[in-house]
Amino acid sequence: MNDDNGYQKEASSLQLKQTVTIIDEQNALTLTELSHACSVQSGYIIELVDEGLITPQIMAEEHEPHCWRFTGAQMRRARMALRLQSDLGINLAGVALALQLLDEIETLRMRLSVLDNW
Amino acid sequence: MEFKDYYKIMGVPRDASQDDIKRAYRKLARKYHPDVSKDPQAEARFKELGEAYEVLKDPEKRVAYDRLGTNWKADQEFRPPPDWNAGFEFSQQGFTGADASQFSEFFESLFGRSFRAEQARRGGETPGGPGGAFFHAPGEDRYAKIMIDLEDSYHGATRTISLQVPEIDAEGHVSTREHKLNVVIPRGIRPRQYIRLVGKGAPGHGQGKAGDLYLEIEFRPHPIYRVDEYDVYLDLPIAPWEAALGATITVPTPEGMVDLKIPADSTTGRKLRLKGRGIPGKTPGDFYVVLRIVPPPATDESDKAFYRSMAEQFKSFNPRAKLGVEA
Repeated sequence: MNDDNGYQKEASSLQLKQTVTIIDEQNALTLTELSHACSVQSGYIIELVDEGLITPQIMAEEHEPHCWRFTGAQMRRARMALRLQSDLGINLAGVALALQLLDEIETLRMRLSVLDNW
Repeated sequence: MEFKDYYKIMGVPRDASQDDIKRAYRKLARKYHPDVSKDPQAEARFKELGEAYEVLKDPEKRVAYDRLGTNWKADQEFRPPPDWNAGFEFSQQGFTGADASQFSEFFESLFGRSFRAEQARRGGETPGGPGGAFFHAPGEDRYAKIMIDLEDSYHGATRTISLQVPEIDAEGHVSTREHKLNVVIPRGIRPRQYIRLVGKGAPGHGQGKAGDLYLEIEFRPHPIYRVDEYDVYLDLPIAPWEAALGATITVPTPEGMVDLKIPADSTTGRKLRLKGRGIPGKTPGDFYVVLRIVPPPATDESDKAFYRSMAEQFKSFNPRAKLGVEA
């Protein structure tokens, strides 16, 4: 009984070790992967890049969309942009402004929490 | 079942125009949008709002809902009368982007069936539904946010998480199933990063492969540490004599106690860096200790006498010199 459990645990952790990856610079997503992850056409992601809302890493000399790679931080922004656009009916320029202000608020909240501790 | 007063949720009178309803929705949506608001109730309010708007923005559903509402009194147990919606045909193509599984039981009992019939007509893409076997496509990717502790990032951890997965059965009823998963939290993970579990998303359609599960990492607020990107901060209270004379102090870090040398003549706000003791990784973050001088309270006469003699000793010290105030 104990042995069985032990074996199962090991098997499942082995399986997990193969599949868990952090979406960081080494495991960044391609345009196709990010589009699928956000359930949008890749054209929408290209618009976000053109608007300067998200910035891909560029893997080659050419600035071609198929060379773009996106980290978790970019994915988070893309998803927020998508939600803000569909839920609040704002255009991309408005979304860009909203994200910029949200970033600033985040920084200010962080500083405020330092002051509140004192 | 609880009757949902959609007009009250949206804060509009029952005779509000469609334009008024749209305006009210936009205003409240901006206020309670979970990406914008830090209010812990925001997400629940936003869902409720979305549900109310789905009904009130559509004149056909609104008329049907209004007919129900006139017979309803506060605190009354609600049960939709049989054939309540006879004579109404919900023809509109709404619900775009709305996730019906998030809506209330009340909504489900009134509009759920017609919504899914509509969805099936539009795309035939009811995941897991009878139509699923006739085409092949990869399953949708799924998302969840998980809360971990700062210590988990230092040591790595395994967490059992349970996700609520919406499911639609053969009769078209939406239910949520609990999906338990053991997840390895990699060492060195930071807030707002995503981890990807290949093949743990929604099952594929036909022979399409399953989607992926993405977990967004969030740290629980820590009682003593703050995290900023790769770096970790600790506010360290010290006594005035430790600041003035210097001292070696035992300081907690997420990796255990460390002896820290406080240089003489330190002031409040001084930052001391323990290089490489922040979030671990190829280039680990740093651990910062921020000093804060805490004076002992003068509780009795001898304490007060001591502070008076201190004042005498430091007669020329002017803490407000920068304010242009004479001592």
